[in-house]
Amino acid sequence: MIDLVDVTKSYGKGLPALNHATLHIEKGEFVFVVGTSGSGKSTLIKLLLKELDATSGNITVSGERLNRMRPRRIPKFRRKIGVVFQDFRLLKDRNVYENVAFAQRVIGRPTRVIKSRVPEVLQEVGLADKYKSFPDELSGGEQQRVALARALVNRPDILLADEPTGNLDPRTSDEIMALLDQVNERGTTVLVVTHNKDIVNAMRKRVVTMRNGVIVSDEQEGAYHEA
Amino acid sequence: MRPSTIWYIIKQGFKNIRRNWMFSVASILNMAACIFLVGVFYVIMANVNHNVRLAEGKIPITVFFEIGTTQEEIDWVGEQIRARPDVQTITFVSADEAWDNFSKTMFPENSAAAEIFRDDNPLVNDSNYQITVNNISLQSSLVKYIEGLDHVREVKQSVRAADFLTDFIRMLNIVSLVIIGILLLLSLFLISNTVSIGISVRKEEISIMKYIGATDRFVRAPFVLEGVLLGAVGAAIPLISLYFVYETAIRYIWEYFNVLSGSVEFLSVERVYRVLLPMGILLGVGVGYLSSSFTSRRHVRV
Repeated sequence: MIDLVDVTKSYGKGLPALNHATLHIEKGEFVFVVGTSGSGKSTLIKLLLKELDATSGNITVSGERLNRMRPRRIPKFRRKIGVVFQDFRLLKDRNVYENVAFAQRVIGRPTRVIKSRVPEVLQEVGLADKYKSFPDELSGGEQQRVALARALVNRPDILLADEPTGNLDPRTSDEIMALLDQVNERGTTVLVVTHNKDIVNAMRKRVVTMRNGVIVSDEQEGAYHEA
Repeated sequence: MRPSTIWYIIKQGFKNIRRNWMFSVASILNMAACIFLVGVFYVIMANVNHNVRLAEGKIPITVFFEIGTTQEEIDWVGEQIRARPDVQTITFVSADEAWDNFSKTMFPENSAAAEIFRDDNPLVNDSNYQITVNNISLQSSLVKYIEGLDHVREVKQSVRAADFLTDFIRMLNIVSLVIIGILLLLSLFLISNTVSIGISVRKEEISIMKYIGATDRFVRAPFVLEGVLLGAVGAAIPLISLYFVYETAIRYIWEYFNVLSGSVEFLSVERVYRVLLPMGILLGVGVGYLSSSFTSRRHVRV
């Protein structure tokens, strides 16, 4: 599902943000990518979203070779990937329903599909009764659920979560991770970039550890190792 | 594109205008001012051109024939000249008519002087054609053509008047085009600024759209629509107001400056608007489209 072969990404003359990284993630896997700030985690996410181009090496995501991808093809490629961010990135002037529907609207889904799919996905994340609320009226955990619903509404092959619990308390973080686990059980490949040691250690999933742009370990049912 | 998507884009376009209403109003007013000035220039230019064309018809070419040319040969020359598309009118003036005209001009109050030559017309060889042209700038080429015809002795034309009018029209066109161009550039810049501000306000939304997989076209469409709407409203205001201003101005001029009535002729508002209306709308919408399209392409890269 995700293949990186000897990928390097340099921004300037200094150390590369990603240094000869090779990583293979199968369809339906749940993978944590851990590491301190500046270890190259965010660069990895940006490369997988084709927000950045690799300096060298090959990246294949969901059957698409990103190195050769034409700019016109990028939007269609991104529809196969759901993304969740630490700061939720919800539209403050729209309610929960509209925020989730927005993801379907921008890819041209018909209104009748939106009307049936949005309540369905809000039910999945446990926000069916809050569809009229605006982001400011919701807790951090609820906002992250809306962001998750938005990422899932188009049924992506892969879900990328960049520090999804970074702004949440431990209990809410557990709830969000449980949701991500459910999503993974339904067949979606999930890649979570995080600092959260407790969560990584509690879930016992595959853990890829990065340091200074290098993948230093890759363990099945792994744990968070301090740098 | 689905109707629901088109509807969504339209709603977003209007929302952009509402969200930055102060800049939107500023852009509309600027566009309105530009198109109003363009309209005023056009009205002046169209009327000056119209009057210059009328003046062109009053500057004749006179064609004289070789001594001994028969009436059939004169008629043949007339047919050749009449066949030219740049000829507006052609009038034959016989030798007697030429003398009558001359004596009326030279001896307006002394008919006795004219009587002396009654039986011995000094202009016996000066029967001629008086020709006016459609376009004064073509006069020289017509003169050349006539000079090349058989039986033609001499062609007289008012070179200075023709050249002056040709230069005047050319200068007027250049000055108008330069001023209109500057005003349109200003409009382009202001609409582009308004759209840029709209984009910066919606940066977060745009970045989310990009992550979700919106196409470049979908992201840009509301901004392009915004520019087109600003341009269209900016064009409608001056076009409506200029209609009434022009009518009132003509009425005012005839009322207070009726001394001009013999020498100046104004185009009707309907005739002016046959060109000004599509031109104004096209300019407003075109400038709005171009500036918003270019700006959104620059700022919204997917």
